[in-house]
Amino acid sequence: MNWTATAIFIALFLFVTALGFFAAQWRKGDLDLLHEWGLGGRRFGTMVAWFLLGGDLYTAYTFIAVPALVFGAGALGFFAVPYTIVVYPILYVVFPRLWAVAHRHGYVTAADFVRGRFGNPWLALAVAVTGLLATMPYIALQLVGMEVVIGALGFQAEGFAADLPLIIAFVILAAFTYTSGLRAPAMIAVVKDVLVYITVIAAVIVVPMELGGYAKIFAAVPVAKLTLPTPPAGSLGSYSAYATLALGSACALFLYPHSITGVLSSSGAGVIRRNAAILPAYSFVLGLLALLGFMVLAMGVAQNPAYAEGFRRYGSNYAIPALFLAAFPSWFVGVAFAAVAIGALVPAAIMSIASANTFTRNIWREFLNPACTDAQEAGVAKIVSLVVKVGALFFIIFLPQQYAIQLQLLGGVWIIQTAPAVMLGLFFRFFNGWALLAGWAAGIATGTWMAAMLNFRASVYPLQVLGITIPGYAALYSVLVNVAVAAALSLLLNVLAPDRHRDVTTEADYG
Amino acid sequence: MQATNMTDAGPTPPVPPPPHRARPVRLLLLLPFIAMLAVPTFNFAEPALFGLPFFYWYQLLWILICSALVGVVYIVEGGSGRR
Repeated sequence: MNWTATAIFIALFLFVTALGFFAAQWRKGDLDLLHEWGLGGRRFGTMVAWFLLGGDLYTAYTFIAVPALVFGAGALGFFAVPYTIVVYPILYVVFPRLWAVAHRHGYVTAADFVRGRFGNPWLALAVAVTGLLATMPYIALQLVGMEVVIGALGFQAEGFAADLPLIIAFVILAAFTYTSGLRAPAMIAVVKDVLVYITVIAAVIVVPMELGGYAKIFAAVPVAKLTLPTPPAGSLGSYSAYATLALGSACALFLYPHSITGVLSSSGAGVIRRNAAILPAYSFVLGLLALLGFMVLAMGVAQNPAYAEGFRRYGSNYAIPALFLAAFPSWFVGVAFAAVAIGALVPAAIMSIASANTFTRNIWREFLNPACTDAQEAGVAKIVSLVVKVGALFFIIFLPQQYAIQLQLLGGVWIIQTAPAVMLGLFFRFFNGWALLAGWAAGIATGTWMAAMLNFRASVYPLQVLGITIPGYAALYSVLVNVAVAAALSLLLNVLAPDRHRDVTTEADYG
Repeated sequence: MQATNMTDAGPTPPVPPPPHRARPVRLLLLLPFIAMLAVPTFNFAEPALFGLPFFYWYQLLWILICSALVGVVYIVEGGSGRR
């Protein structure tokens, strides 16, 4: 048990807990309205949105998993960097339009927009359910990040006691999310980001000093991991895998309900445009973090018997905690681990709020209780946010961690299938609602089939085209099927059963 | 709505929506895609910079370039004048 680190960790955790409850008073609004509780009243300016989106998109799991992937797979794991580069031109061009139309029509979720744009409740339901299914395992994975650092602090209990710290953390999270809504993660995100920046800057300075510079670190990395392997004859190999993973992930990122919640909570479309230019600061931090994976290799942490138990329990996800334990004094380990744990709270809170918004607006109000009042709607959302978190907690405690990881992988393949309706829908009214629904179904089926062919262990599918193998991200391949089906059927259905008159938005709403 | 619309006696027709203007400056936003998806152009260890192999520092550099490109498009489009 590492007492100094644990004390610092608990102190920081208590501090953000207090902040979470206090957040209800910040820029006070009527928390009985869904857009106040679930979108912070659409009032966040450029800086708050920067912290919120940064905390939302660059999650604790990312901070654990990306270096772990680089540690395990080498250069391929660095795809997180091109991914978080090309995502910003997409954010700049596409999502200010979503903000504008959502502001005009009071939309809170992506499915709200799809409902208004295409007038097809079943398409909206498909978008909503996809969002929910993709988000649930993602919340569970945030717990994995938290679990690993709590384990690394030295809690070695068995049975219920082993899960107790995680349960306490989640009860706290649930309570302040319930009372404060999106204001809580927005406020906590500031603390989280400061801790993350301090930790990462310390790591990229301190560790190379201990190891004798970057040149020495990379000299210790096996050549096979240093760059991508040259593709074999007749295949594009790791090149197409790397590029499609980056592009597909970037297309999917802002379709997740928690990303859309972050985008819609901004006070204006300009806030989103400005953030597309300044959010890459986080990509830089992520890139530096990814390099920590190599430092783990160079330091030989994995061979150190002191950390053998951690690696046995948590696999390569233990790489970063082990590096921090090996390189930092105890008190700073507490700060670094708190950064990871608080980094899990922020996205977990936003994800549960986003799921709650989606369920309440697009399933409960749409299909179950259309006559509900605004206060009832906000009340249901608060309760759903609790249910979602309990579900994630059960998932992590009672099922193998591998399930959450595999489901999150599938979640990426599924969520991208909402791209034609949401992202193309923001620009074009060519598509027919039913055609988009058919495309969505074709995309989900193709993507799930590809993932099944890979035993749900990987997401790079070796597509054969004219005798050449093009390994690529299943999400990207399946969404191409989706778009092709949606476009072809739209040509047909726009003649047979036109539905453009159901569009309640006008071009001016998007500007 | 519009003072210039004198000839129409009935309710003023809605202002024709601004078509999404093909803004040439936005072509700059394609550069990060081209650079980052052309993987064979940067899959090298040399030349290293401060000990970082080319593969890594080049992509880290593109984070800054992409951020700058988005910033340029924002300024050219007069973004700072908008909300």
